[in-house]
Amino acid sequence: MQNDPRRTESALRIVWIYPDLLSTYGDQGNVLVLEQRALRRGIPVETVHVRSADPVPETGDIYLIGGGEDRPQILGAERLRRDGGLHRAVARGATVLAVCAGYQILGTTFGGEEGQPVPGIELLDIASGRGKARAVGELAAEVAPELGGLPTLTGFENHMGVTWLGSAVRPLSRTIVGTGNGDGTEGCYSGRVVGTYLHGPALARNPALADLLLSWATGPLAPLDDTWYDRLRQERLAAVLPAQ
Amino acid sequence: MIYTARGDEADPRLGSDVMSQLPFRAQVASALGRTAATLSRMTGRGDGSVIGGRVGLVLEPDLLRKLAQDRKLVLVSATNGKTTTTRLITSALLELGEVATNAFGANMPAGHVSALSQAKRAPYGVLEVDEKYLPDVLDTTGASVLCLMNLSRDQMDRAAEIWLLAQKWRRAVAGKPVHVVANCDDPLVTWAASTAGQVIWVAAGQRWKEDSWCCPECGGPLDRKDSDWACRECTFRRPQPHWVLDHDMAIDPRGQRWRLDIQLPGQANRANAVMALAVVEIFGVPVQRALPKLAEVRSVAGRYTTVERDGRHARLLLAKNPAGWLEAFDVTDPALPIILAVNAQGPDGRDTSWLWDVDYRILRGRPVFVTGERKLDLALRLDTAGVPFQLAGDFTEALAAQPPGRVDVIANYTAFQHIRTEFGRAE
Repeated sequence: MQNDPRRTESALRIVWIYPDLLSTYGDQGNVLVLEQRALRRGIPVETVHVRSADPVPETGDIYLIGGGEDRPQILGAERLRRDGGLHRAVARGATVLAVCAGYQILGTTFGGEEGQPVPGIELLDIASGRGKARAVGELAAEVAPELGGLPTLTGFENHMGVTWLGSAVRPLSRTIVGTGNGDGTEGCYSGRVVGTYLHGPALARNPALADLLLSWATGPLAPLDDTWYDRLRQERLAAVLPAQ
Repeated sequence: MIYTARGDEADPRLGSDVMSQLPFRAQVASALGRTAATLSRMTGRGDGSVIGGRVGLVLEPDLLRKLAQDRKLVLVSATNGKTTTTRLITSALLELGEVATNAFGANMPAGHVSALSQAKRAPYGVLEVDEKYLPDVLDTTGASVLCLMNLSRDQMDRAAEIWLLAQKWRRAVAGKPVHVVANCDDPLVTWAASTAGQVIWVAAGQRWKEDSWCCPECGGPLDRKDSDWACRECTFRRPQPHWVLDHDMAIDPRGQRWRLDIQLPGQANRANAVMALAVVEIFGVPVQRALPKLAEVRSVAGRYTTVERDGRHARLLLAKNPAGWLEAFDVTDPALPIILAVNAQGPDGRDTSWLWDVDYRILRGRPVFVTGERKLDLALRLDTAGVPFQLAGDFTEALAAQPPGRVDVIANYTAFQHIRTEFGRAE
């Protein structure tokens, strides 16, 4: 992508980090949703899939990190730390969305295969460990109002993690249904770095969150026809929330 | 001929060599299990293959071990193709004698007890085994042959993570006197099988590669060239295959080429067939004898069967996970309309995230109809992929919306069973 400065100037650069390690279940969905929502607004998109043996480019606009099993998670954290590209990108003001195992990697520490602490890459002031029971199921959560009045988050969680938030991050949301961080909050953010336990295609059920990430990278956005997103959201939220 | 797990096809009056050697408690447990199976079918609650086995297991926990004793057993496991390959192996082994098998996919120990109880005299057994249960079932049954085909992401809300699964398989086969027949085109399967003493490697192909870009041994990148692969950082690499699937030809260990003239469609089924040929050769069934038996199999537990209503002929394909959808697309006819049905009940996995791992762009240009309990998840997925579609309330409505003629159907597990039930479960 560095070879074509003209495109680098104009296109939105989406970087998918380590699809060979951190892509367990539909993580590609976040890439596709961001691409589609940018393209439908006439914003050209350039997407780079960075394999774990390759360097992470530091000139991306939005970085996505997905979920993974224990071993890939540990490998992914080691490589990201050694590589340093993501750190340089964040220092430049890039936007990051990390889900599930990827979310834990961004912290100071997370639980390995036997629950042993494994060092993270310290982009978020959080620490994670292994909980007692696996949290599997639908999740619904109210988004932090400071993020501009986003609608209720909806998604699926599937993890054994417990995450403690430090003082340098804010909770992304407060859970209505589901486990999230384990203390009534779900995910967190700091600047333009966002982490969440909503695994896989979290943005498919939360187009407003997708637009928030896009707007951080591109500025204000025109509205879209969100018929299919809205119908799916209504159905999923109605399935887990008490009738209002 | 006794070859299914359903008691109604076994003759209860038959004396039993295997059965009469069982201790009295095990005989009672097995008999009560069969009674429960019959009641389950009579009351319409199921095909009886699980409930019968459960009753037996509660009464005699060691029942499976005892029922397995003195039989020649094959265990078949994989993410995809278990039921079909079990059926193909069974079909060929019937050349040698009676075969006990869980033909209807009841692939946990209760289903195995049921299958072995129903075919009491059968000297052979072919058991489809759920991936998670494989180590236990191998331990319990002391099976002599293991057929391992592929591992990929599947129902993550309830199934084991696949690296973990491969590691468990690896420990289970290490040092065991079991013949493993394994697909060496799948790096995870290869890693799992390579601790076994005797392995027959089959180059059966791997269409879905998204779960094997990294070395299961060291985590390094796997370099791939055609079907060959090798780790860039350690010594782990694809072993030299004994059997090779080359398009529609099977190449046996002697280098002889055999055309796979089978009725089951698609490359995935040719892969299943070459795995089956390698397995039955261990039992002494040569290719020339096995192939005609494989060719007789037309449909397996409703898969690939065609149902008809008002001049609409719908061919039913089952696809439960991203790798399965890729294989199903390979079988479908691009000239036909297609109905997609997705549910998210327990057996399907309650998490529909996997829809985003399937590349649906191949359906562009075909009339696409979307139905099932989670049709809205699929609708958004197709919309994002730029694939025009129509929503249908249910399968009947989707079928009625077709012009008379042929249509392809891809459904995941409970959606598929729902369609089969509506059309009388006829094969």
